Amino acid sequence: MSAVIKVEDLSKMYRLGLVGGRTISEDLNRLWAKIRGKEDPYIKIGETNNRITKGKSEFVWALKNINFEVNNGERFGIIGKNGAGKSTLLKILSRVANPTTGSVKVKGRVASLLEVGTGFHPELTGRDNIFLNGSILGMTQQEIKTKLDSIIDFSGVERYIDTPVKRYSSGMYVRLAFAVAAHLEPEILIVDEVLAVGDAEFQKKCLGKMHDVSEKEGRTVLFVSHNLQAIKNLCQKTIILNNGQLFASGSTDEALHSYNELVRDVKIDADTDINNYMNRRGKGMIRFTGIEVLDINDNKRFNFESGEAVRFKISYKVFEDMKGITLTVALMSGLSKECLTLAHHEITNKKIHPGETGEAIIEFTDINLKPGEYPLYFELMDKDLNPISKDVIDDLTPPLVISAGDYLKNSAFDPAKPSGFFAAPSRLIVNEISKKEIFSKAL
Amino acid sequence: MNKSSPESEWTLEIKPVSGWFNFHLKDVWRYRDLLFMFVRRDFVAVYKQTILGPFWFFLQPILTTITFTIVFGNIAKIPTDGIPPILFYMSGIVCWGYFADCLTRTSSTFITNANIFGKVYFPRLVSPLSNIISLLLKFGIQIFLFICFLIYYKIQGLNVNFNIYMLLVPYLIFLMAGLGLGFGIIVSSLTTKYRDLTFLISFGVQLLMYATPVIYPLSALPEKYRWIVLANPMTAIVDTFRFAFLQAGQFNPGNLIYSTIFMIVVLSIGIVVFNRVEKTFMDTV
Repeated sequence: MSAVIKVEDLSKMYRLGLVGGRTISEDLNRLWAKIRGKEDPYIKIGETNNRITKGKSEFVWALKNINFEVNNGERFGIIGKNGAGKSTLLKILSRVANPTTGSVKVKGRVASLLEVGTGFHPELTGRDNIFLNGSILGMTQQEIKTKLDSIIDFSGVERYIDTPVKRYSSGMYVRLAFAVAAHLEPEILIVDEVLAVGDAEFQKKCLGKMHDVSEKEGRTVLFVSHNLQAIKNLCQKTIILNNGQLFASGSTDEALHSYNELVRDVKIDADTDINNYMNRRGKGMIRFTGIEVLDINDNKRFNFESGEAVRFKISYKVFEDMKGITLTVALMSGLSKECLTLAHHEITNKKIHPGETGEAIIEFTDINLKPGEYPLYFELMDKDLNPISKDVIDDLTPPLVISAGDYLKNSAFDPAKPSGFFAAPSRLIVNEISKKEIFSKAL
Repeated sequence: MNKSSPESEWTLEIKPVSGWFNFHLKDVWRYRDLLFMFVRRDFVAVYKQTILGPFWFFLQPILTTITFTIVFGNIAKIPTDGIPPILFYMSGIVCWGYFADCLTRTSSTFITNANIFGKVYFPRLVSPLSNIISLLLKFGIQIFLFICFLIYYKIQGLNVNFNIYMLLVPYLIFLMAGLGLGFGIIVSSLTTKYRDLTFLISFGVQLLMYATPVIYPLSALPEKYRWIVLANPMTAIVDTFRFAFLQAGQFNPGNLIYSTIFMIVVLSIGIVVFNRVEKTFMDTV
């Protein structure tokens, strides 16, 4: 197999802050540096991209020294947390943005879908928009004409094809747009995760189409997502981006493994993330200053076996007068982020004053959860549960990872079998079927 | 596929912005279908939800002509070289209108298209080019209107005849399109960095009209100001247009050559700057 995309030392610098580009004085500075044969003075102070900590410089490296190759016919995944540089990389590969240094070499026609329905005009009919959108994506009139019937058929909006798209429901709009995109026949297809919006059926259709494009037609697919499941199902090889740098690359399984480690690596203490984390809710009357997940021997870890005790050690600081404190620790479901179980405790019911700090440990004595990942949710409030006093940390800590332990091994529960969230062993006690009624009981 | 040397096989190399003279004119040609689709979109979409539809194309020059005739002809009493004022003003308005439309429309290329440009690659020059072409349709309708008026006046006994200079009209249109496009894409490239230029363009175009013989003939101008108006590349175009249709004023090939050179220079600078900016503008817009 030969490489069809070769990325060499790719870097991209962005300037934060001021909208509207540079100022004239800065431009003059640059020019002066250039005349003296020096490096761009503004590039030097760039730093790596980390969304959570507040940078000192206005300039960040959205991508720094990225190297990788994609082989012909491969389904190639790119994952990373928000702000890791995925979209920037895609934009460069799609020729929408230009790199600051380095290069990308490409073999063959590239079509990139950073969005479906780019350039759709609401006043034009569905048919006109097929032609317009198709041409924007790089198809010729002739190509579109020959594929028109098949596109209309695929979209399933035949009845409305001569109606202006502004009258379409959003579902029809997306279907039509995707139908056009699905009929592109590039050698290399670049797809952003935005494609995977829409209902489950539509997602399945998208992923299925991408699979077909690669498997049956031998084309190369680049897929960007932070949906690990989709990556796992689709891609053979995967790279991980972290803070603009290449964190790992290799087979998808290896990559996903290191991605999990990367996610676990978030530090939480008073000085770093927790103080700078910008998405906190509440007015700041009380703040978490530290969160640790411990086992019964006070070792920090996030991996537990089903049935083990888990301790949450939290510390906090008070900034305004409050009436009492309550602490809530909740386990969420990994998929829908619903609360599965929570521990709610009153820490004190007395008045507390600014500057006071405290520490508390909550223990779940045994969590009988089935193996999987459980995001954590922490909340501090006053004793009246007044929302103004709230401080919430969620999605900042790594999720709790439960694996099947001894507890499960000797039980009737098989973690591989489909089941709900809880690993509640059950067995069939009575199984008698009579004509009049069906009576069965689970324990 | 013949694999002789692996390095030469790459069909595309994405590199940092370098060099000023890397146009993708071949790419523009490859995307000619898109150009056509954009023109079609502009035409269909713009007048779809208006009451009068394409009649706006007629209404606009007629109303302006009437206003100009009253204000500049009847009140200010500016001479019109012996031509009926209606024909005089309309010829100027139609010409100037096309140039001004080209300039203002193309000058906002990057801002109005930021959304599409941010998602898909195609040669960005296709966008302003499609503007120029779709405006040509409007211009054609307006010239048709002008000729209707001309025929009416001819029947009334005005002494105008077909002549060889009318063959220059397509060339004049080409010059106007080139000038409008050139200036427009220079401004659009600069607006990605310095936003305030957008405001400048709307009244700049208005002011520039007064430096073009739209509402007055060149002969009515005092000698000492004439050079200012002659420095304007649009002057020769409007003048020649009038001369071709109305046989008024004089035809000066020198001025037309000056306009041609001006157009080539502006358009070249425009394309160079535009090509440079199209690669970096996503970071600044």
